[in-house]
Amino acid sequence: MSDKEPLFSAKNRKLLTNPLGSDNPITVQVLGICSALAVTAKLEPAIVLSISVMAVLALANVIVSLLRNTIPSRIRIIVQLVVVAALVILVDQILKAFAYDVSKQLSVFVGLIITNCIIMGRLEAFALGNRPWPAFLDGIGNAAGYGLILVIVAFFRELLGSGTLYGFHVIPQAVYDMGYENNGLMILPPMALVVVGIIIWVQRSKDKSLVESN
Amino acid sequence: MNTNSNTYTFLYASVMVLIVAAVLSFTALQLKPRQNKNKEIEKKQDILKAVGVTSTPADAEKLYDQYIVKAFTVSAEGNVKSEDKEEAFEVDLKKEGSKDLNERNLPVFVFNKEGVGEKMILPVRGKGMWGPIWGYISMEKDGNTIFGATFAHKGETPGLGAEIATPAFQDQFVGKQIFDKNGKFTSIILVKGTAKGNPHQFDAVSGGTVTSKGFEAMLLDNLGSYEKFLKSSK
Repeated sequence: MSDKEPLFSAKNRKLLTNPLGSDNPITVQVLGICSALAVTAKLEPAIVLSISVMAVLALANVIVSLLRNTIPSRIRIIVQLVVVAALVILVDQILKAFAYDVSKQLSVFVGLIITNCIIMGRLEAFALGNRPWPAFLDGIGNAAGYGLILVIVAFFRELLGSGTLYGFHVIPQAVYDMGYENNGLMILPPMALVVVGIIIWVQRSKDKSLVESN
Repeated sequence: MNTNSNTYTFLYASVMVLIVAAVLSFTALQLKPRQNKNKEIEKKQDILKAVGVTSTPADAEKLYDQYIVKAFTVSAEGNVKSEDKEEAFEVDLKKEGSKDLNERNLPVFVFNKEGVGEKMILPVRGKGMWGPIWGYISMEKDGNTIFGATFAHKGETPGLGAEIATPAFQDQFVGKQIFDKNGKFTSIILVKGTAKGNPHQFDAVSGGTVTSKGFEAMLLDNLGSYEKFLKSSK
């Protein structure tokens, strides 16, 4: 990649858009499933976590990309882990001091970010072999693809499980009076897996190139 | 330079750890006073919330000083141990919870506002699924009926155990009673589905069984330690 390449060349734009569709971290790379199950019972935490993952992933990608030629290959995973953990702790401490309300909302998610396989996956697969700017775009793109799926799953789980969206009641009382009930199963993690499965199914039946040939 | 040699690897790891440790501890030290202040304000907001007074971080301290007319600590026997408002505020429930019942300092906050009347606010603390859960319960002057309640948690699962921090869950405690008709301490126990109408039961959180059970134990243990004090204040 030459230095004269424009910031948003076709190749760089692909880094942003591919993870939203044909290279989605959750439905195609099958990474980050654990947090997709844990935090999608409601829309709000899903959105908050997506934004936090985006911040950490983009920064970690840039830092690892800057260090990529100095990192001893035998301890590269440890180095990546230290970078991610340090970033997450920093973000957590700063939020606690300056944006206490946000930090309360995030609560356990901040810790969950460290364990998110997408972050380690992108650092290992992309940041170690690319310049900082593409690595930054890759981080934003993958976090957006992750967030997209989280929001879709959370939308259906909150709507069918609690009858609310973003905490607001959307299913009118009249429907309940006619005998409709919230599906309690939607609140439990297994249904997140089923919803993710349905999304994968829909995506692959539209885009045959994603179907494995065996 | 050979980045794969043992010496380089060791040096790299050591320097990295030192830098990260320095950055993190510097940040933690610098931000500590601000974080503690935030926690203190949050505690004051929570105490006020238990009696239905909403406050912002900006006016919480003023409202607290205005409406919390006194605070003191009592023993499990119901005797007043200290009348100092600051001291009652500073009591660390985590430490008190691990002491013998007879040695505990139990804080009581007294709220008074024209038109609302005098309420007692009692702090509670227990274990959820992933970490501590806590809250404040305000009682009518009869020492039996709950006037309002607020609960919070360190890291319960969002959408499940974390629901204890929602108004929908907290509002159901209004009007519940912790002593039965014969004056026996019953606390408030969890049921699935239909706690409405029963003054000694609350609806558990669906999908949050462990949190709900911990919550029930918290009420039993904490309110239980105030039993004699509440009876004597009737």
